[in-house]
Amino acid sequence: MSDLLKVPTMEEFMAQGKQPEILFWVGSAGSFDDRAKKISRAFVKILNKANVDFAVLGTEESNTGDIAKRAGNEFLFQMQAVTNIEVLDAYGIKKIVTCDPHSFNCLKNEYPGLGGVYDVIHHTQYINELIASGRLKVEGDLYKGKKITFHDPCYLGRANNEYEAPRDVLKQTNAQLVEMKRHKRTALCCGAGGAQMFKEPEKGDKDVNVLRTEDALETRPDIIATGCPYCNTMMTDGVKAKEKEAEVEVLDVAELIANTLNL
Amino acid sequence: MQYLPNIIFALALILGFGYFAKNVKKIIRNIKLGQDVDVSDNKSERFKNMARIALGQSKMVRRPVSGVLHIVVYVGFIIINIELLEIIIDGLFGTHRIFSFLGSAYGFLIGTFEVLAFLVFISVTIFWVRRNIIKLKRFWKSEMKGWPKNDGNFILYFEMVLMSLFLIMNATDVHFQAMNSGNVISQYIAPLFSGLSETTLDSIERGAWWLHILGILVFLNYLYFSKHLHILLAFPNTYYGKLKPKGQLNNLEAVTKEVKLMMDPNADPFAAPEEGAEDEVPAKFGASDVQDLNWVQLLSAYTCTECGRCTSACPANLTGKKLSPRKIMMDTRDRLEEVGKNIDANNGEFKDDGKQLLGDYITHEELWACTTCNACVEECPVSIDPLSIILEMRRYLVMEQSAAPTELNTMMTNIENNGAPWAYNQMDRLNWKDE
Repeated sequence: MSDLLKVPTMEEFMAQGKQPEILFWVGSAGSFDDRAKKISRAFVKILNKANVDFAVLGTEESNTGDIAKRAGNEFLFQMQAVTNIEVLDAYGIKKIVTCDPHSFNCLKNEYPGLGGVYDVIHHTQYINELIASGRLKVEGDLYKGKKITFHDPCYLGRANNEYEAPRDVLKQTNAQLVEMKRHKRTALCCGAGGAQMFKEPEKGDKDVNVLRTEDALETRPDIIATGCPYCNTMMTDGVKAKEKEAEVEVLDVAELIANTLNL
Repeated sequence: MQYLPNIIFALALILGFGYFAKNVKKIIRNIKLGQDVDVSDNKSERFKNMARIALGQSKMVRRPVSGVLHIVVYVGFIIINIELLEIIIDGLFGTHRIFSFLGSAYGFLIGTFEVLAFLVFISVTIFWVRRNIIKLKRFWKSEMKGWPKNDGNFILYFEMVLMSLFLIMNATDVHFQAMNSGNVISQYIAPLFSGLSETTLDSIERGAWWLHILGILVFLNYLYFSKHLHILLAFPNTYYGKLKPKGQLNNLEAVTKEVKLMMDPNADPFAAPEEGAEDEVPAKFGASDVQDLNWVQLLSAYTCTECGRCTSACPANLTGKKLSPRKIMMDTRDRLEEVGKNIDANNGEFKDDGKQLLGDYITHEELWACTTCNACVEECPVSIDPLSIILEMRRYLVMEQSAAPTELNTMMTNIENNGAPWAYNQMDRLNWKDE
């Protein structure tokens, strides 16, 4: 399948003297994490299908610094930010799309204060735009009759008030959407935010991702949909901890759309 | 001698308001111990937030039961204060129900007060039951022992007594009952006092009247020592509350300066500091004590009502970890009070007491348990942002003390060296497309 993926870099665009419509900010998880790489690939398949003229930074992309900032290392964050802004500005980037709500929030809200002003969009918002403008037609009954519950990522939902785009996109799969008791602004965190992904949790009664998975399982879903690579990992681990991996799948919104389209 | 009650009344008023004013000054002084922060922007949006959130109670009703009960108590409190005006005039000039010349309008007004007083009494009783009989979880967390627990109940008792006194005062007012206008609730209490002579009734009425006004003065002064201070501070706090997206954490300016200098190829590392630079107080990165926080954060600490809505939504707290956003706010207030007392005892100067907010009040374990998910910020009915305090303290731990958990240090080293939180080579960043 890999020969079907077209992933041009900014360098290539530059060499041809062209500007892409959007820059796909892959993010560290999307580049290196085995599970998240599948999300990056699914999103690229959608972009290819919709004939979107996009590019990635490739080896010129570096970590946004978001995790460092939330861990309290403002120095490291700003060093990363300033370096990334130099690269982005050198290429004259205006519009950025990313599958990671943490990169999304950081690029959108925190980079402008350091001179990096871009139009930043989350991939669920972008897919929704593609569908609304007619550039992407979602047809297929792969998930018809299936129950999907969407877990709101904190950094897309509460942090940036985007609750509808991922739900609108999911409706295109013809699946039945069911809401957890805690959803939208009351959604429970997956437990990975604020740099928790990279350390052992503090002592407690249980892990946050297990509690969140219990929320999800209460809706008796076939699929838990996510819109964040970290949420995806945490929910996948939660489903394993509950020994439900045979019955419940954890998939990103982009993967669900790519599968529906049989990409 | 006939003016004695008037004089006593005037003295009580002066004392009551005077002591309160003195304490308000102290609160303002303490809040100003915080770092300056510019919140003079977007005035109209700020006013809207205050009107919607504090005046309009928009976030209270997200939890319908406590929300509706709270609105009853809140409306009752505001409207009954009109009655206070009459009490003050009567007290100062020795008149009796000075506004009664309004006739049926007066009856309507007092009738409304009576209904509200009754509803407030009922609501407050339900609040008490929720706290003490049903024992709602958020009122029984570990930080809700001792004073915080008692404080919550004292406020409820105060309101029960004040409302009862108001109704008893009306029920034993023979002339008012005879008017048969406005005594919508008190007419059912009046029979309890039937058979008593008019002089006895008059003394009971006077007694209730005096206790009512003195009780209000005492309650006013109780505010300073209590979470009940929120009835005043909710307004400025919602006005100064965060307007930016919740996910947007501030960029530390002091760091920006240093980073710019580091990244500037033309910067001379051995250059003499600019003129005047040595006068600047050396910046501390992050916060280890209350003076390092900004004044809006300190105002929030005084505003916190300890309702625990934040804590009951906190993923860390829900899974049994030590972090409670409410405790972060309570600790900040307690430490600020301690610093304030220290300043009072040392002629206006803070003498190092060997203590600080970080470590002595808030532990590292609490700080590192936060997922920065903003659930606490979303829940707070008065726009408090506990996450901002947690972040400032993490910044101090990491940038001043290099005291991050080991795994986070590894993650940060990886970002520094490879541009990713894992130990992968930056040159492999695009490998995913061919896998």
